[in-house]
Amino acid sequence: MKVAVIRFPGSNCDQDAFHSLRDDIGVGAEYVWYEETSLDGFGAVFVPGGFSFGDYLRCGAMAARAPIMTEVARFAEEGRPVIGVCNGFQVLCETGLLPGALLLNESQKFVCKYVHLRAENRTSMWTQGVDKVIRIPVAHGEGRYVCDADTLKKLQDGEQIAFRYVDEAGTQSADANPNGSVENIAGVLNVKGNVLGLMPHPERATKNTLGSTDGLTILKALTMVGAGL
Amino acid sequence: MGLTQSEFELICKLLDREPSYTELGMFAVMWSEHCGYKFSRPVLAYFKRYKEALEGEGFENAGVVEIGDGLGVTMKVESHNHPSAVEPYQGAATGVGGIIRDILTMGARPIASLNSLRFGPIRDGEGEQAVIERNRYLFEHVVSGIAGYGNCVGVPTVAGEVGFHPRYSGNPLVNAMCVGILRTDEITTAAASGEGNPVIYLGSATGKDGIHGATFASTELDEESESKRPNVQIGDPFAEKQLIEATLEALRTGAIVGIQDMGAAGLTCSTVEMSSKGSVGMNIDLDLVPMREDDMTGYELMLSESQERMLAVAEKGREHEVIDVFQKWGLKAAVIGYVTNDGILTVTRQGEVVAKVDPKLLTDHCPVYQSPMEEPLYYRNAASFDIGLVSQADPQGALLTLLGTPEIASKRWVYQQYDQHVQTQTALECGRGDAAVIAPRGTKKGIALKIDGNSRQTYLHPYFGGQLAVAEAARNVACTGAAPQAVTDGLNFGSPQSAHVYWQFNHAVKGIADAAEAMGTPVISGNVSFYNESDLGEVPPTPLIGMLGILEDAASRLPLVSSDPEASLLLVSVTDLGITHDGLGASAYLAYVAGQEDGHPVGPNLSGEVSLDKFLVEAAATKSILSAHDLSEGGIAVTLAEMAMEANLGIEVELNGSGFVYSERVDAKLFGELPGRVVVSVKAGQEDAVVLMAKSFGLAAQRLGKMSASGSLSIRVGDQSCSWSVSQLQEVFNTSIEKVVTHQNRIETAG
Repeated sequence: MKVAVIRFPGSNCDQDAFHSLRDDIGVGAEYVWYEETSLDGFGAVFVPGGFSFGDYLRCGAMAARAPIMTEVARFAEEGRPVIGVCNGFQVLCETGLLPGALLLNESQKFVCKYVHLRAENRTSMWTQGVDKVIRIPVAHGEGRYVCDADTLKKLQDGEQIAFRYVDEAGTQSADANPNGSVENIAGVLNVKGNVLGLMPHPERATKNTLGSTDGLTILKALTMVGAGL
Repeated sequence: MGLTQSEFELICKLLDREPSYTELGMFAVMWSEHCGYKFSRPVLAYFKRYKEALEGEGFENAGVVEIGDGLGVTMKVESHNHPSAVEPYQGAATGVGGIIRDILTMGARPIASLNSLRFGPIRDGEGEQAVIERNRYLFEHVVSGIAGYGNCVGVPTVAGEVGFHPRYSGNPLVNAMCVGILRTDEITTAAASGEGNPVIYLGSATGKDGIHGATFASTELDEESESKRPNVQIGDPFAEKQLIEATLEALRTGAIVGIQDMGAAGLTCSTVEMSSKGSVGMNIDLDLVPMREDDMTGYELMLSESQERMLAVAEKGREHEVIDVFQKWGLKAAVIGYVTNDGILTVTRQGEVVAKVDPKLLTDHCPVYQSPMEEPLYYRNAASFDIGLVSQADPQGALLTLLGTPEIASKRWVYQQYDQHVQTQTALECGRGDAAVIAPRGTKKGIALKIDGNSRQTYLHPYFGGQLAVAEAARNVACTGAAPQAVTDGLNFGSPQSAHVYWQFNHAVKGIADAAEAMGTPVISGNVSFYNESDLGEVPPTPLIGMLGILEDAASRLPLVSSDPEASLLLVSVTDLGITHDGLGASAYLAYVAGQEDGHPVGPNLSGEVSLDKFLVEAAATKSILSAHDLSEGGIAVTLAEMAMEANLGIEVELNGSGFVYSERVDAKLFGELPGRVVVSVKAGQEDAVVLMAKSFGLAAQRLGKMSASGSLSIRVGDQSCSWSVSQLQEVFNTSIEKVVTHQNRIETAG
């Protein structure tokens, strides 16, 4: 099984994702340039973080219209695994694969620090391995998740809220929310649960020298794809 | 344009005619202090490696430190002070971009950014309100600019420092440092060669921004400076990110003979220096340069400092390999001329020759000046400063005052705006260790990085100040377990034409050079920024030391404090600190608690510092110690407070015994700034072994006390006991800067 790491001009976490997958998780990974139109031979998709096309327009808006994203949408429709991290989450929202949007942080500033996350959904392929509070870093200027009241209710009812920002003990609080996201939402799933978008960077927490290995609890899902799940 | 009458006459003599307008502009930038180093060159000869490089093969290999496994590290500091004074966001952003290209041009991948910043006071009541507000504005927008550019370009900002002093009002200092990694068999050259080889312009199009930026950097700031906003360049970090990937990919084709970034003086500097280094000429047709506006003159094209551009010479017939790569990344690439063997740089615009000059006249004939030097009165007066006349402050309040001083307070508000983790190689980030540690892929080794400087010490004693900066930066990287290897320096001073400034410069550089030599950490690169003056006078002399250290195993890096609540704390120090110093001269305590900037700092014992660093490297490698944190501004009290706050644990210590006999004064024991001292933590039961180990390195070591789960910092000194709740310390330390900055920054970033 190989994971397609989508590469837009301005992606800057593409190499991090690639190495994390190949070196730390032990799954195959390959870059796929944004102008490509096929995902043949790939078992999963990783849309990495960065500043696609400089994000001079609304974050992720240009990337969402790149040729490869039509294929990513088709791939996702088939129920196959897609993960979007940070700018990748923004791109997935812009393509309509995930509900809601990501706005400028409440502080109006970029924020880079470690946060704690609690998995709310415990059944999806992405979240079933996360059985404790995990600690991984965020790094974003526009990560405040918002959606309308109806969507929020649907997310709650459909167990589509993947992760919430919490404190070390696992309690949801305003202090634990790094960007002012509604209901402390850090990541969401699509209805089927195969598409995950999240602002924190699991690929930055996959080995001891990086200060945390908690990202493995999410990304290990990709090894099970290889096992045929 | 910034040339003197005698310089103009020299140009006429060298050319044997009057220069054209474009040529005059080219001479003006190449002979500016920024490019020509005309006042600093004689003093920089103190740097051994610099001198050897000047006399020998050039700088390319001098700037690389081999770390084994076929890898090398290169690093450099550069200032962007004047642009940041008038347009802080873009000034700082383009400072980051410029130094990244300096590293890229060696064929290295940029893996870390650092920065060192200085501003006037930002707290209400510390000066005229309008000045304070302007300082805050500059501070916030410089930080935003660094974040906006650095985050987007995908190079982690892993360490830095920020200082505040009234003399920086009106002339902030913004020094950016970049570190890159390369394969030592793939170092590129900036020399042009091969008659007929195409000269290729790469990157963004040229516009009318930043014309004469280098000249602007080489004069004092005044009321007119605001009108120089158009001299400030505009950064495009997205283009820079593409430029990094495209350049590294194009270099892998093997079709590139030489490459240089277009930094200060843009096309002038790159065409002149590449020709001069290769002892060749070039024919350049400016009509072929990608332009943002068509009506640009030859003068404007040659002097523009538009950002995100490189110049390369490729093998004839292989230019398309290079051009294809750049076009794939969405960048401009155009052949604008070719290499000639006549040794003359000929530049044409719309069929007309606008410059025809031997490039060596611009690079090798820049006049060199030595200013008169004068020892300032304040320096002599400081020698007779008597601490006996300063009454002792209550230690309880003094520590809180120090921790709340923006100079010492947590810079969390700053570094949380920087992406510290992108590239996933950051093994120790801001606030967690005495230096940052990067664990590059492809090697087990770690790279420790630090940038540091203390202008109060350097002002009061420039020679010691220079030495202390090197010793402290080395000690900082050693505290992570890394062996100090090399220095890059950023030298920020006032006008070299002031006799006392030139004296400060001379002594500070001598101090750096002597310490670098004694400690085996050569100065491999650097930057000089003069004319840091405003209506308020010149800035304090501010030499900054960027230090590189190597860890044999990145996994063994040490934080500044251990999370073990049972750990014991030891003081390890060089032995002959003497008993004649109280360590309060030029100290933070004297400045911020007693309100005096006076006295001389204690100079370092350099051989002792070397032993201390070796001990730390050995102790980390053998896992004998759990953490190490050096004593610097605010003395041991601030060191211990920082440890307690970072660990969120209590600490109980006694400051008695041989390590504290240097003074009778309680304030000197708590806050005195003697160099060559480090607090290490060890697993309970290992104290004696580590004391013995320190002694085997010729060092003094003694028990101080231990970490505790109590939640208080308790210090017993003499028969006096002080205690602070750690949460109270954290409140003061963490919120001091956050409280005074507003939250109205624009943010040009996302992702």
